Amino acid sequence: MPLSFYSSKLADAVNWARKYSLFQYPFVTACCGMEFMALWAPKYDVARFGAEFPRFSPRQADLLIVVGTVTEKQGPVLRRIYDQMCEPKWVIAFGVCASTGGFYQNYSTMPGADQVIPVDVYVPGCPPRPEQALDALILLQERIQRGEGHSQVVLKQEKGFDVPLATIRPTNARDGKSPGIDLVGHGRSVVAPSGSPGDQAKALPPPDEREPPPARGGGA
Amino acid sequence: MAQIILDMLSERFTAGEIVETGAQHGNEWARVAPPAWLQVAEYLLRAPALLMNMFIDLTCVDRLPREPRFDVVLHLYSIEKKHRVRLLAGLPGTSPSVASVASLWPGANWFEREAFDMYGVVFEGHPDLRRILMYPEFQGYPLRKDYPKEKRQPLVRRLPGSV
Repeated sequence: MPLSFYSSKLADAVNWARKYSLFQYPFVTACCGMEFMALWAPKYDVARFGAEFPRFSPRQADLLIVVGTVTEKQGPVLRRIYDQMCEPKWVIAFGVCASTGGFYQNYSTMPGADQVIPVDVYVPGCPPRPEQALDALILLQERIQRGEGHSQVVLKQEKGFDVPLATIRPTNARDGKSPGIDLVGHGRSVVAPSGSPGDQAKALPPPDEREPPPARGGGA
Repeated sequence: MAQIILDMLSERFTAGEIVETGAQHGNEWARVAPPAWLQVAEYLLRAPALLMNMFIDLTCVDRLPREPRFDVVLHLYSIEKKHRVRLLAGLPGTSPSVASVASLWPGANWFEREAFDMYGVVFEGHPDLRRILMYPEFQGYPLRKDYPKEKRQPLVRRLPGSV
């Protein structure tokens, strides 16, 4: 069986997990926030789709929801928050202001968040009904499953895969190009490219040379 | 409502200082020559019969193509006497400037900064005259009537393909 078969099955599984555990960063700037709160509340209950958990640090979020008007003055902030998010990441523009600038057509309003960051799904409406936002979320979930989020596409183009293939191909992290992060989480650091200073992996012996953990309840 | 204010102003100041007075919808207004702006404001604040001790609003109007082009508008109210008045000062289109009243009413500080930000009116003697709403990189004055409606001054480089 070729490796691509396993990696595509793995991508399906990982994307399935991704779409039902979106950690969102709400970038709420204006009145759309009221409808956005309704989306959270029990009546519409975005928790049914696994996206109820707001993270107020972009580093912990993978879904940026731009809710409300974005001004030119906020442009650098929005761009910076987007850049701080870990890949893969997704963006929803909530409401016409975040999508196109809406009825604001003046010196201060940015005509849509997509002027400075990529957007996956646009939700029209002033403000949108919560059903529309749920529809957008389902649309995004389908897109995540197909691997068509903007960040997934970029990752695939740059690295050839958008899921952590280290789980089935651990040598990949030693080719000197990957960041050298342990993606599997089995407790052993991936060896960084040779010659790099501060190599912590060298201090750690291979698992078979480590001392065995003390037996539980050894006194009995 | 408060004709006494206009009467006292006309009595105290010359016709060259109080250019014109009137009333609209029951609210009195007086057009002041820009060099007398601060003296008139201080008189309104200190005169025992007037005591305009509450600053309501300060803004600017662009009346292009009229000359003087800008009208700086000052709204005052007296808590003790319960009367109000509106002062106007016509400023020229090139380098408009007038004295700051922030020393009399500290609340005028940010209002004058806003008028400076949006119209480019310079308030002389203002403690900290810089932009208050727009970013420092912004060029020009956006609420002037000759500012292009479609003009944008982005801080972040646009993504390729965006309009």
